[in-house]
Amino acid sequence: MESRNVQELLEKYFEGESTVSEEKALKNYFASQDVAPEFAQYAPMFQYFSVAKEERYTKTIPLKPRRQYYRWASVAAAVVMAFGLYFGNEYRVQKQLEQQEAQFAYEETKKALGLLAQNFEKGTSQFSHLNRFDEAKQKIYKQN
Amino acid sequence: MEQSEFLNQVMPIKDKLFRMAKRLLVSREEAEDATQEVLLKLWRNNAKMGNYKSVEAFAMTMTKNFCLDRLKSKQAGNLSLVHSNYGDDKTSLQTQVEAIDSVDWVKRIMEDLPEQQKMVLQLRDVEEYDFDEIGEMLDMKPTAVRVTLSRARKTVRERLMQKHSYGIA
Repeated sequence: MESRNVQELLEKYFEGESTVSEEKALKNYFASQDVAPEFAQYAPMFQYFSVAKEERYTKTIPLKPRRQYYRWASVAAAVVMAFGLYFGNEYRVQKQLEQQEAQFAYEETKKALGLLAQNFEKGTSQFSHLNRFDEAKQKIYKQN
Repeated sequence: MEQSEFLNQVMPIKDKLFRMAKRLLVSREEAEDATQEVLLKLWRNNAKMGNYKSVEAFAMTMTKNFCLDRLKSKQAGNLSLVHSNYGDDKTSLQTQVEAIDSVDWVKRIMEDLPEQQKMVLQLRDVEEYDFDEIGEMLDMKPTAVRVTLSRARKTVRERLMQKHSYGIA
């Protein structure tokens, strides 16, 4: 680029009147090796802008967590609830059956014990004959 | 919008957002955090995102607002914190060497510019957006953008000349 041209572009540049493509031309000019000495003072500016554009965002973008997390959390919650309802119900029915069984066992035991008691009673009624000895003994005591 | 589609839209602009954030916040880590935050926000309400051009302007505006909020809350909290940022991730020797490098002066000069000028200079001279786009991003009229830009460029030139002559003398 000719010096006059550069001078003109620089003037426009500092007034904010240059176009993007003119500014690109300036950047290219100052990136080259043969910058006229009278413009050398401006070189750092344009060189810096080119350098600054090289900076990159190097971290990864962690997009997944939130969205996916909520979606799967809701699915998990629904599954847990369905399991809960299903097994909960089964558990309740089972509990009821168990109770009935226990009740039945209780009744049977009561019956069995009742029979046993009856037989014992039969046994004890036989003991009542022993009272006779007692009575007789008392009679003897009284007579003496 | 699907994730892959979103990434395709965001990939080309993430570096620009990061550079803008770094221009305002100076520290690399803070700029990375800010960029990440903005990208996540974009992803969360990506249903609103229309065509590519407006996404870019929208994302840039978000970055600007986020960083300015950060700066404001930091200034309110503790002034000294602002300056603790200046230490980059480089060793002191490298910083010294760089300070001699006149290209790095421009970076330092830009750090001292008012926020508005910083942003306009970043968007125009580094990212090469036109005035209408910058106006949309910063909520300014294109003519105001031009005036701010001219002022910023002249300030940089002036300070660069000062440093330059000081270096020689």
